[in-house]
Amino acid sequence: MPVRIIPRLDIKGPNLVKGIHFEGLRVLGKPERFARYYYETGADELIYMDAVASLYGRNSLLDIVEKTAREIFIPLTVGGGLRSVDDIRKTLRAGADKVSVNTAALARPELIREAARSFGSSTIVVSIEAIRRADRRFEAFTDFGRECTGVDAFEWALRAVDLGAGELMVTSIDREGTGKGFDLDLVRSIAEAVPVPVIACGGAGSVKHVQDVLEQGLADAVCLASMLHYDYVATHPDNSGDYAGEGNTDFISSGRGFSPVQGTTIPEIKRHLVQQGADCRCAP
Amino acid sequence: MMRDDSPVKPNVAIVDYGLGNLFSIRHACIHVGLDPMVTSSGTEIAGADAVLLPGVGAFGDAMAALERRDLIAPIRESMDAGKPLVGICLGMQLLMSESFEFGRHRGLGLIEGDVRQIDGANHGSRPLKIPHVGWNRVCRPCMNEGEPVADPWTASPLQGLKDGEYMYFVHSYHVVPTDPSVVLSTTRYGDTLFCSSLRRGSVFATQFHPERSGQTGLQVYRNIRDILVSNHERGKHLA
Repeated sequence: MPVRIIPRLDIKGPNLVKGIHFEGLRVLGKPERFARYYYETGADELIYMDAVASLYGRNSLLDIVEKTAREIFIPLTVGGGLRSVDDIRKTLRAGADKVSVNTAALARPELIREAARSFGSSTIVVSIEAIRRADRRFEAFTDFGRECTGVDAFEWALRAVDLGAGELMVTSIDREGTGKGFDLDLVRSIAEAVPVPVIACGGAGSVKHVQDVLEQGLADAVCLASMLHYDYVATHPDNSGDYAGEGNTDFISSGRGFSPVQGTTIPEIKRHLVQQGADCRCAP
Repeated sequence: MMRDDSPVKPNVAIVDYGLGNLFSIRHACIHVGLDPMVTSSGTEIAGADAVLLPGVGAFGDAMAALERRDLIAPIRESMDAGKPLVGICLGMQLLMSESFEFGRHRGLGLIEGDVRQIDGANHGSRPLKIPHVGWNRVCRPCMNEGEPVADPWTASPLQGLKDGEYMYFVHSYHVVPTDPSVVLSTTRYGDTLFCSSLRRGSVFATQFHPERSGQTGLQVYRNIRDILVSNHERGKHLA
């Protein structure tokens, strides 16, 4: 089974943003440009995440989803601030193939069961965002790492699958945006224990990190942001200037790189993985 | 990317019974120059040039939804008139005689055979993940040695695809047709070699999602369009 490389696009208003530990969001450009480029260069799926969840209206995200889904013929997962079966229905109608839920599912786990029953398990991705605690334990957080829950991430993973999650997206908040590599303990402990596919998320800074989380973390798919976004920004500058709708645009205007992360492209990652004996679709 | 431009735009009824990602199927149709309508009207379904039966979710619920909306008769009517019927994912499974998903459910019975769960037994050191999610290879069915090597994909919706092309799958069940000659392609997941697409007469169905399988998937939609356009030409000729 080929491993899946999944770019993750965090959206704030009309813009693609990227933070560190989900904080300090920088505007990187228009999400549609990134999405199209990733589609054309061999992305296996895309994930859109509303980075401000329900703090603002979500119509702009659904507009972006609709525009993207019209022209991009790979699976699209959308998440961030989905609270109810009705929110999920609206998101799927706008063109998402799958949705991811975290905060609302932890607040009311039955949401997973209801959503799986209404739309099929394979449509429901439960996102688990965890912070490492003492004794190699991990605690599940909500609201992009802002709220602790006291819930053990591993126990929560098992329960989410029992309730009907079709896939789990497992993010280390400690590593998110840092480029220091995935938290292999976190990913592996969950991937080994659950019968559904696990998408590893948070921390990729090099092609080697991707290889490690597949081989040692036993992930079925890998979610990438900084590595791909910073490379794309550097190689495909958007001179239209119309990205400056809102948010912190200092970074994009300055044209600086982001040193902890080795920028790369999906074909480069796949070429490396195939050389290491992995199976990849669209390998160059 | 240019939209495919064809002088005739065959219309396709995408059956809306409340389940499945109709958006992506509709846009794949538009992209290749088909004229799709998402509909739960029996008249529209029976009157369209082709019927596309999508579906995500549970088999029993889907059959109940089709029955409740009186859509089974129009789907049969269209098929009996020789018009193409395309089943996708759960829509493929619904064509079969019966399914064993959460009990035992009768299907549309248009293709003889049943629907079974993917065998998730241990495969080496790691158990097989279910559902089967992701890209997998679609291959021509094995032929017995000595048989003439006619390409089964010629003039089918898989025409022009390379053997072993990747398509996107999301499913926990697969179909087992009684008559092996309807199997158009097979796919291996773990130790299970399953039927990933089938064809019998004007019925074609895929377990994978061609509308979510990039350019190779769009080729399947283009082939369907070409078949519909040539049906249209032939119809004109006969009239």
